[in-house]
Amino acid sequence: AGKSKVDDEVLDNLEEVLVTSDVGVNTTLKIIERIEERVSRDKYMGTDELNTILREEIAGLLSETNSGEDTEIAVPKDKKPYVIMVVGVNGVGKTTTIGKLAHKFKASGMKVVLGAADTFRAAAIDQLEVWAKRVDVPIVKQKMGSDPASVAFDTLNSAVAENADVVLVDTAGRLHNKVNLMNELSKVKRVMQKVVPDAPHEVLLVLDGSTGQNAFEQAKQFTKATEVTSLAVTKLDGTAKGGVVIGISDQFQIPVKYIGVGEGIEDLQVFNKFEFVDSFFKI
Amino acid sequence: MFDNLSEKLDKAFHVLKGHGQITEINVAETLKEVRRALLDADVNFKIAKEFTNTVKEKALGQNVLTTLQPGQLMVKLVKDELTELMGGDAEEIDLSGNPSVILMSGLQGSGKTTFSGKLANYLKNKKTKKPLLVACDVYRPAAIDQLHVVGDQIGVEVYSDRDNNDPVAIAKAGIAHAKSTGCNVVIIDTAGRLAVDEQMMDEISNIHKAIEPQETLFVVDSMTGQDAVNTAKAFNDVLNFDGVILTKLDGDTRGGAAISIKSVVDKPIKFIGTGEKMEAIDVFHPSRMADRILGM
Ligand SMILES: Nc1nc2c(ncn2[C@@H]2O[C@H](COP(=O)(O)OP(=O)(O)OP(=O)(O)O)[C@@H](O)[C@H]2O)c(=O)[nH]1
Ligand SMILES: Nc1nc2c(ncn2[C@@H]2O[C@H](COP(=O)(O)OP(=O)(O)OP(=O)(O)O)[C@@H](O)[C@H]2O)c(=O)[nH]1
Ligand SMILES: [K+]
Ligand SMILES: [Mg+2]
Ligand SMILES: [Mg+2]
Repeated sequence: AGKSKVDDEVLDNLEEVLVTSDVGVNTTLKIIERIEERVSRDKYMGTDELNTILREEIAGLLSETNSGEDTEIAVPKDKKPYVIMVVGVNGVGKTTTIGKLAHKFKASGMKVVLGAADTFRAAAIDQLEVWAKRVDVPIVKQKMGSDPASVAFDTLNSAVAENADVVLVDTAGRLHNKVNLMNELSKVKRVMQKVVPDAPHEVLLVLDGSTGQNAFEQAKQFTKATEVTSLAVTKLDGTAKGGVVIGISDQFQIPVKYIGVGEGIEDLQVFNKFEFVDSFFKI
Repeated sequence: MFDNLSEKLDKAFHVLKGHGQITEINVAETLKEVRRALLDADVNFKIAKEFTNTVKEKALGQNVLTTLQPGQLMVKLVKDELTELMGGDAEEIDLSGNPSVILMSGLQGSGKTTFSGKLANYLKNKKTKKPLLVACDVYRPAAIDQLHVVGDQIGVEVYSDRDNNDPVAIAKAGIAHAKSTGCNVVIIDTAGRLAVDEQMMDEISNIHKAIEPQETLFVVDSMTGQDAVNTAKAFNDVLNFDGVILTKLDGDTRGGAAISIKSVVDKPIKFIGTGEKMEAIDVFHPSRMADRILGM
C-alpha cells in the first residue's frame, strides 16, 4: 500500500528539522530512508512512534561508533602520563575545552599538566595560563612564537618528571586546508613520541556546534593528519544544534565524547545521543 | 563531497535532453539540484526553498525551455540571482564621525578581536586614519592581553582598564580618551555572546545606546551553518547593525551563510577575513561569493 498523505507531510517536516539542525542532506536522506523502510515494515501509524523510531535510527548512526553510554575519555592506569592533544580550526573552543577537561580530571583525583603549544595566536598562552590558575594545575609554556613541538616536548618531560596522570596539549587553531599547518601537527606528534612512545593517546577534535557542512571536511583532514580519536562539540548552549556530527561520527567512526554548553569551568557535559537528538525538536 | 553545481546541472539537463522535449517538470528536477547544492553550501533551508522558487519563475518566464543550452542558461540565472541577492558593490564604512565609533558584535570565536585589529590596520594604512582600539571584553580569559598584542603588532594604541568590569563605562572612557589624544576612529572590541543570552544581549544593547556608534558591525564565521539566520536576526533586532563581516574565508567552506544572513537582515557584507594575519582583510565581492557558494 502507498503511503498516506500524512506520512509524506510528516517526513517533509522531519527533513526540515534535520536539515535545519545541520545534519546535512546526505545524512538526512539516509535517516529518512531508514525510517521509510521501517514504516513500511512496521506499518507505522502515529507520530509518537515516529519519534521513537527516529531516536533509534539517529542513535544507531552514532552508536555504530560507540557513541552513547559512557563516552567519557577513560584514562587507563597503565598509561602514565596519558597524553591528550586537542586540535581544531580557529576559534572553536579548544583552549576553553582544555580548561574544563582539566577541571574534570583534577576533580576526579588526577594529576594534570597543561602544555601551551599554541605559540601563534595573540595571547593564547596567557589565556591557557588563566585556565591553569583557575583549575590550579601546572602549565608548561615558552614564549610566543617558539616552536610548538618544542613546547609539547617540554610538557611531556615535565609530566613524566612530576609523575602526572594526564597531559592536555593545546594547539593553535588551524584551517584544515593549510598543508603546512597540518604538517606541523604531525611534527608535534613525532616529537612527543620521543618522550612518551605511544603519545598522543587521544587526539580530541573540537568542532564548533554552529558550524555547518564544512565540519565534514574538518573531520576528514584532521583525521588524515592526526588520527582523531574523539570529538567534542562546543557552543550547544545557543540555538545551533550541531547535527553535522551525526554524519561525521558515522562516516569516520569517531565517537562524540563531550559537548560544551557554556564558557564556565563546569560547562562541559558527557555526550548523550538521545538528549542530542531530542534537542533538534526544541527551539 | 561537494559536486560542482554546473556538473550536476549538466547531468540533470543531460537526462532531460533524452526526453526530447524540455518541460516544466524537467526544470523542477534541475531546481532540485540547485536546492541541494545550496543546502550543501549551508544556505538556510527556508531561504534555499524561496530562492529556487524565484529562479523557477524566472526560468519559466525566460525561454530557458527552448534554448539550445539550458544548463548554461540555468547556471547563469542562478548565479545572477545569487549575486543580486548578496548586494551590489562593496560598501564602505561610515567614517564621518569625529571620532568615528565602530562597534563590533558577534558570537564567541567569530573573529571580532582579530578583525578589530585588521580594520584598525586598514584604516591606518589605507585611509590615513589614527585609530584607537578599545578593550570591552571583560570576560574571556586574556581578551585584553590579546587586543594589546594585536595593537602592538600594528602599531595602534589600545585603551583598556583592567580594574573596571563595566563595558559601557570602558567604551565611554575609550571614546573620551580618543578625543583627548586626537584619534579619529575608535574601534570597540566586545565579548562574544550568544543571541539567547539575554543579559549579554542587554549589555551590548546598553553599550550601543551609550556610545551611538557610526558603524555597528556583526562579525560572523563563514563556516556557520543553518543557525546563521537565527543569530543574525537576533543581533539585528537588538542592534540594527550596519554591516556584516564574514571571517575565515581562507578555508574551504562554501559560505552559504552569506546568503542566509543577507536575506534575513538585508544588510551589506562589508569586509571579509581571509587569514589570521593583520593584512588578511578584503572587501566583499558578491559575484565571487556566488561562484564560491555554487562551487564554481
Ligand atoms: N557559549 C559558549 N562559548 C564557548 C564554548 N566553548 C568555548 N566558548 C567560547 O568561544 C570562544 C573561543 O574559545 P577558545 O577556547 O579560545 O577557542 P580556541 O579553539 O582555543 O580558539 P583559537 O585558539 O583561537 O583557535 C571563547 O570566547 C570561549 O569562551 C561553549 O561551549 N559555549
Ligand atoms: N584562518 C582565519 N582565522 C581567523 C580569521 N579571523 C580570525 N581568525 C582566528 O579565529 C580565532 C578567533 O578569533 P578572535 O578574533 O579571537 O575571535 P573573537 O570573536 O574575538 O572571539 P571571542 O572574543 O572569544 O568571542 C583566532 O584563532 C583567530 O586567529 C580569518 O579570517 N581566517
Ligand atoms: K542548542
Ligand atoms: Mg586556543
Ligand atoms: Mg575577542
